[in-house]
Amino acid sequence: MSIAFDEMMETIRMVQMDNLDIRTVTMGINLRDCADSDFEKMNRRVYEKITYYAADLKAVANEIEKEFGIPIINKRIAITPIAEIIGRATKEQTIELAKTLDKAAAELDVDFIGGFSALIHKGISTSDQTLLDALPEALSSTDRVCSSISVATTRSGINMDAVKQMGTIMKEAAELTKDDNGIACAKLVVFSNPVEDNPFMAGAFHGSGEGEAVINVGVSGPGVVLDALKRYPHADLGEVADVIKKTVFKITRAGELIGRVVAERLGVPFGIMDLSLAPTNALNDSVAEILEEIGLERVGTHGTIAALALMNDAVKKGGAMASSYVGGLSGAFIPVSEDNGMIRGVNEGSLSLDKLEAMTSVCSVGLDMIALPGDVSAATLSGLIADEAAIGMINKKTTAVRVIPVPGKKEGDLIEFGGLLGRAPVMPVNSFSSEKLIQRAGQIPAPLQSLIN
Amino acid sequence: MEKRRAVVSVVGKDKVGIIAKVTMTLAENDINILDISQTILDDFFTMIMIVDVSKQDKLDHVRNELDEVGDALGLKITVQLEEIFQAMHRV
Repeated sequence: MSIAFDEMMETIRMVQMDNLDIRTVTMGINLRDCADSDFEKMNRRVYEKITYYAADLKAVANEIEKEFGIPIINKRIAITPIAEIIGRATKEQTIELAKTLDKAAAELDVDFIGGFSALIHKGISTSDQTLLDALPEALSSTDRVCSSISVATTRSGINMDAVKQMGTIMKEAAELTKDDNGIACAKLVVFSNPVEDNPFMAGAFHGSGEGEAVINVGVSGPGVVLDALKRYPHADLGEVADVIKKTVFKITRAGELIGRVVAERLGVPFGIMDLSLAPTNALNDSVAEILEEIGLERVGTHGTIAALALMNDAVKKGGAMASSYVGGLSGAFIPVSEDNGMIRGVNEGSLSLDKLEAMTSVCSVGLDMIALPGDVSAATLSGLIADEAAIGMINKKTTAVRVIPVPGKKEGDLIEFGGLLGRAPVMPVNSFSSEKLIQRAGQIPAPLQSLIN
Repeated sequence: MEKRRAVVSVVGKDKVGIIAKVTMTLAENDINILDISQTILDDFFTMIMIVDVSKQDKLDHVRNELDEVGDALGLKITVQLEEIFQAMHRV
């Protein structure tokens, strides 16, 4: 079938002007068969298995990027949650394992390796606790290792013991990397209802329902959606949704093609396509600017949640039509530091932490890449996590917290994280205490699934 | 043999000899042009060619040569396999 001149120009324009990219090709690798009571053996097997399976990941991705002319920004690896294989390893050994993962990632020259994780939404096992104890040091002594901790699900409720610990762990991780603005916290995400096939970081891990190895693809393109919307300044909101849907359809199709070719060349099954509008600091590559284009003077003002709900749903519909295997988080991300429009909203006073929290109830994923004052207490962080977990639990969706309490910084300071992580103005938290709620600990029971008002 | 086609796009400021230089490079690499369309948009020269690359195992060589032509003439030249356009614009 021949393609029209205009259609070819559209694709070329999307790549060259609107930053259409494949954000990540993420290889999931099962590490369960690496478990061993002898730590040294396990450590070696983990390294060997990862470097064997992903040996050609980067080279193949680069080759395909050139052939199709669509940039693949990150190559990543997701692994079995580490707490599930460490058995009786000690805290020191678990830190050692994190360094092994970092070394494997460096050897393969992939951008991140995710899955230094534990699922503790119902309870904390001995090895889960070992991983938690190891976390601050593991994250601060490695560059590419990412961790996600599940503290709540709709079916189990919220494990407030875990929530309590996570506040403290974040503080420690930030303190250990205080010379780098608490960067360790940018690699740590606390989940409610995590998904097993998410290709995006820091929350990627290879879930227990997954096979031996899999290729999952994350596609982005806020710039493309923004540009499409700019051509319809007077369309009503039904038409706006339609424009987003059609644009997303095209992006997802491009991603799926590339994912399938990568999977085929690596001899690994193709898993899912995750179409998530993930902003970057590149010009116009902003989710906030899409919301403003829909009709807000500044992101965060009244109407923001309605616009975001419309956009997020249209993204899902376009994606679901374009690919048979849509998974992961699929929606829109609202990280503050990675989105120039969000940063402007915070700086100009239109966007607050409370509004961001409310926005997460209608989009994926959560409070993301937000810089907080260095003197925020662990209990306040835990309170923030608990709120976000509750939103996810009740709404049966994934929510997450990835915030950075930046040591020594206060409201209004601008923090540079560098690279894809961008920069963020420090946002104030509520000054009243959540201490008692957090000290109570225990499990918040799973919610009713009926009587849903 | 399976037909493999690619799309060569050339975008940049219009000047004398663009088509000649680009098609010369393709000919030297034994690449047949199947279709060619071209327009001038706001002073910007835009040309899209569909080419047959069934005989080319790797496109790196011709891509590098076209990059050199592009640099010399101040143009952006890309070579992309046709499947990506099919995927995006056809259900």
